[in-house]
Amino acid sequence: MSSSDQQAAPPRLAVPELLIGIGLLVCAGAVAWQTLAIPVSPLYSKVGPTVFPYLTMIGLVVLSLLLILAALRGGWQPEEEKETPTDWKAMGFVVIGLIANLLLIQPLGFTAASVIMFVLVCYGFGSKRTLRDAVLGLILALAAYFGFARALGVNIGAGFIETQLNTVIDAFITMLRG
Amino acid sequence: METLGHLAHGFSVAFTPVNLLWCLLGTTLGTAIGVLPGLGPALTIALLLPITYQVAPEASFILFAGIYYGAMYGGSTTSILLNTPGESATIVTALEGNRMARSGRGGAALATSAIGSFVAGTLGTMGVAFLAPVVVKFALAFGPAEYFSLMVLAFITVSAVLGSSSVRGLTSLFAGFVIGMIGVDLQTGQPRFTFGTTELLDGVDVIIAAVGLFAVGETLYMASRRYAGKDEIVPLKGSLYMTAAEWGRSWRPWLRGAAIGFPIGAMPAGGAEIPTFLSYAIEKKLSKHKGEFGTVGAIEGVAGPEAANNASAAGVLVPMLTLGLPTSATAAIMLSAFQSYGINPGPLLLTTQGDLVWGLIASLFIANVILVILNLPLIGLWVRLLKIPAPQLYAGILVFATVGTYGISQSPIDLVILYLLGAAGFLMRRFDFPTAPVIIGMILGPLAETQFRRAMTISNGDWSVFYTHKLSLTLLTLAFIGLAGPHIWAFIEHRRRRGPEHVPGDA
Repeated sequence: MSSSDQQAAPPRLAVPELLIGIGLLVCAGAVAWQTLAIPVSPLYSKVGPTVFPYLTMIGLVVLSLLLILAALRGGWQPEEEKETPTDWKAMGFVVIGLIANLLLIQPLGFTAASVIMFVLVCYGFGSKRTLRDAVLGLILALAAYFGFARALGVNIGAGFIETQLNTVIDAFITMLRG
Repeated sequence: METLGHLAHGFSVAFTPVNLLWCLLGTTLGTAIGVLPGLGPALTIALLLPITYQVAPEASFILFAGIYYGAMYGGSTTSILLNTPGESATIVTALEGNRMARSGRGGAALATSAIGSFVAGTLGTMGVAFLAPVVVKFALAFGPAEYFSLMVLAFITVSAVLGSSSVRGLTSLFAGFVIGMIGVDLQTGQPRFTFGTTELLDGVDVIIAAVGLFAVGETLYMASRRYAGKDEIVPLKGSLYMTAAEWGRSWRPWLRGAAIGFPIGAMPAGGAEIPTFLSYAIEKKLSKHKGEFGTVGAIEGVAGPEAANNASAAGVLVPMLTLGLPTSATAAIMLSAFQSYGINPGPLLLTTQGDLVWGLIASLFIANVILVILNLPLIGLWVRLLKIPAPQLYAGILVFATVGTYGISQSPIDLVILYLLGAAGFLMRRFDFPTAPVIIGMILGPLAETQFRRAMTISNGDWSVFYTHKLSLTLLTLAFIGLAGPHIWAFIEHRRRRGPEHVPGDA
């Protein structure tokens, strides 16, 4: 099927897309590994718990091969996505904020960890008024905490700030009732 | 008529002061998140799922439905004034609506989209009320084999037919299957895909998946795209009231949009993109003001697609309530809310949960009235919301994402899963994989597996049930056409164009 109008752009290997295809193939491998680990009782041998995982695995293998093929033919990214450079610094601060939140939420409690994340993410997105962001983050975190924890009855890990405020609120409620 | 009696009863449920308050809360919240870029109804309803442990099913579904409808109204405001579609379904609204705003007719664009949403939303809700009992009669004849084939058809349409690439759509869907299978297999009690950990035995909560993909993934994507340039808010100029000529140009597109949107939404394919694009194409063809399309903005190009969008949003509720078949991410999360109450949506839902279903439908009529009031006289309030700067908006979204996730079981492992899914969501957003099929696959995949195993057990392991039952065969054939049809068609076109009149490079 060689023809004149296909010579316009020679297909170039698209590396990011290729990595995605390979990554998906690895995922399919993990699915296969985990499926083999499912113990099957002979009672359910006809349509046991492994039939769907195997079908899913076959689907994933076929799809990842199709993605790899597309990557070898030049990938599928739209031009405007390729032309815009990735802002690694902004992304980096968001990631640091998320990790800080993960590490601090147990020792410091939800509110304090959230304020730190809020400030880091704002900074990553280009906000330079860190102190104002910290105050905003504190207000928002407390609103989220009390909106969720007390109104919806969801238990979010309480740290120093929450415990103090909860004591104050509980004392206030008992005072009103008493 | 029977339906009218049910509806009257539904209004008696919805008109209680408490339920009216839930409806008001839902519609207000829905409009707000529809206006804010980066937040959508699927994410919001996922974050509010814990409410199902606290209040009656009627109250939470009235709240969720208000959010669902409200987001459709709010999304059009963002499209018109900011040119950043708040929702994928309002991409078309941005085409003409933003041009109208730039040429000083933003008020009329907002008015025609809000009133059109009201007209189409009301017609669509009427469609739900009258069509749902009909579908139920039909669905009672479905056995497990038919259900499975119907789900296969829905899988193909939501992932492969809609969207830019069937391979990427199906990849998202299969990723959703894998996530959905994590945890204990309900029929045999065997753990699957847990990698030997106890934390994964309960499976991945749909809250974590939705928040990871939609909130964390979106925030990372927006952070990485800071060089892409910003859209400016067009200041709202002109009267909010439409002139007689604008009314005259709007009402037919509203009705046509509703007539296109509702049936497509109600099919087990769903999706608001196709009806909005279809309506846009039709209005462009029928308009007497073709010169305004793509230049100063044509009011027909806003009125029609907006109506189609809202009518199809109503239509999606038909397969959801009658078959338990969600065809959008939001509907899938609403389905998991039903599961959290121990209710199985399906043909029996209308009889066993009459109060809930008819109360919900009645509340949708009320929601439409509230929304048109919220979105026209109070539009100034929502425009102010658009001015929230991006840093604080996205940082705030992440705070709420943490609350919603960490609140499930206070386990940092949940946060790790959240961030992993967020990273996946970022890559998907960056490399143009649709995210909605992940949520649909995760919720509907296990249901499809159950029906599959049920059908195989009944047939004693004989695979032929799926193609000897006529209805099942028809559904599977439709699914196959949906998957292969576009490729075959493209191949024929390709061959035809290579025929005697060889026109190189002519697309």
